[in-house]
Amino acid sequence: MTGPKQMGKHDRSAVADGKTALGRVRGLGSAGHGGEHWIKERVSSAALLLLGTWFLVSLLLLPDLQPATLKAWLASPLGFVPMALFTYLSFEHSLEGVKVIVDDYQGDEGGRMTWHFVSLFLHVGAGALALYALARIAFGA
Amino acid sequence: MARNTARPLSPHLTIWRWGPHMLVSILHRGTGMALSIGGLFLLTWFLLALSGSAQSWETFTGFLGWKLGPVPLILLGLVALTWSFFQHALSGVRHLVMDVGAGFELRTNKTMAYMTMIGSVLLTALFWAVLLGKGA
Repeated sequence: MTGPKQMGKHDRSAVADGKTALGRVRGLGSAGHGGEHWIKERVSSAALLLLGTWFLVSLLLLPDLQPATLKAWLASPLGFVPMALFTYLSFEHSLEGVKVIVDDYQGDEGGRMTWHFVSLFLHVGAGALALYALARIAFGA
Repeated sequence: MARNTARPLSPHLTIWRWGPHMLVSILHRGTGMALSIGGLFLLTWFLLALSGSAQSWETFTGFLGWKLGPVPLILLGLVALTWSFFQHALSGVRHLVMDVGAGFELRTNKTMAYMTMIGSVLLTALFWAVLLGKGA
């Protein structure tokens, strides 16, 4: 019998060899990456939950949204560091998410490759541009 | 790598009865794409405009205030984007809960799905009420 074992209410991820479903796929896959994409997406999501909330709440707490106020905020350590992390992780998480969408809806292998390629270039390009702009705000131009 | 196009396809959106869990799953993807395209575009432009001249900031805020006749279309888009953020964040938390194997019981699952949608609308309303209340 090769199918999954009967699963009870609280052991949906348990399998017959005593490992969790995640433990089983770690290190597998053609590039040996197993579930890393899956983990990366979730770790960045947890971080973005904090950083995204920080970003929106900060906008509400600033005295006004004039460019001088915004610049001073993003040039301060407690503005720059979370904003750099927020920007970087937003692009990373988006790249991971778009990968899943492309894999799910683009059945054709050539099309998948093309979209992954386009998405990677756009994310890295725009992400670098955004981080450059943030650095310029913080370190002066 | 030739694909056999005659293979049967699994049933998709059209044949299922709609439920909150299904809607939330679709919203998670939809809002994710909206944030990927609209959110990251605006985030990049926001930072570039702020790092540039006074003129570049004017162009950015001018775009945000753009109206189609009497309708502030871009501002409404911004509201939609903040709703997308809250919806995606809350349904993301729902996914994290489900990733540890919890919340699959039908009633719990349905309740959690409804809560993400109610929560996202409330948080969006709260955010904009405070922001506009500041007179920004």
